[in-house]
Amino acid sequence: MKIKEIIEKLQLKALAGQANLDVDVSGGYTSDLLSDVIANSKEGNLWITLQIHQNTIAVARLKDLAGIIIVNNREPDDDTLKKANKENVPVLCSQEMAFEISGKLYELLKA
Amino acid sequence: MNDEYVLSQKFKIKGGDFSNAGRTSTSIKEILKEIGIDPSIVIRASIAVYEAEMNVVMYANKGMVTLNITPVKLHLKLEDEGQGIADIDQAMKEGFSTATHEMREMGFGAGMGLPNIKKNADRFKIASRLGEGTTLDIIFCLNKTGNK
Repeated sequence: MKIKEIIEKLQLKALAGQANLDVDVSGGYTSDLLSDVIANSKEGNLWITLQIHQNTIAVARLKDLAGIIIVNNREPDDDTLKKANKENVPVLCSQEMAFEISGKLYELLKA
Repeated sequence: MNDEYVLSQKFKIKGGDFSNAGRTSTSIKEILKEIGIDPSIVIRASIAVYEAEMNVVMYANKGMVTLNITPVKLHLKLEDEGQGIADIDQAMKEGFSTATHEMREMGFGAGMGLPNIKKNADRFKIASRLGEGTTLDIIFCLNKTGNK
């Protein structure tokens, strides 16, 4: 499933990286620890996190993640959005918490 | 013959520079991909060099990565100038970290850095002098394929 379909179905708001929403999503990874994401996420995953600082973008780029979903309606730093646009990493925002959005994404991708 | 370099390149890392953190590991990943290194090794090397780069950013004043590739091995050498590590055995334990509260809030300091490097490398050497700096040798064998 492509990111843009997921945005629609999970009612996410795309805040950056809009040029790259046609990417296929391979799965999801939910974590707020950067070392954990670096070690265990897979290419094409959507990363669900509450982290809003710019170092998340480097992690997403390094692991070729499809994008980042920021939970709990947290607003990413300006630096984060700037870097995300430069590196073409979609940053999506959700009002829901990590547990809920992970569950919904799991259901969507399982189908 | 086997020691002939296919590629040798140096990258500088600035301590404390969180805004450019990850740039060196991303550049190295791109290079490895481009020259056709086995994808599973590219992933393992990217993880290792990211963790090593972040350690320089978080704990050292400055550092240098030397990427050397021969037909049989990929060697990443990290040399930093900084506080060094007091007890290497302790630093190698999963979960041990000297990260500040701020770093932990950013999702760093899980105590997974050095263990992750060791786990992903085929060979790993660490040496440190307190108050001077730390040197890492991270080596991947290129003459076999598949996962470690």
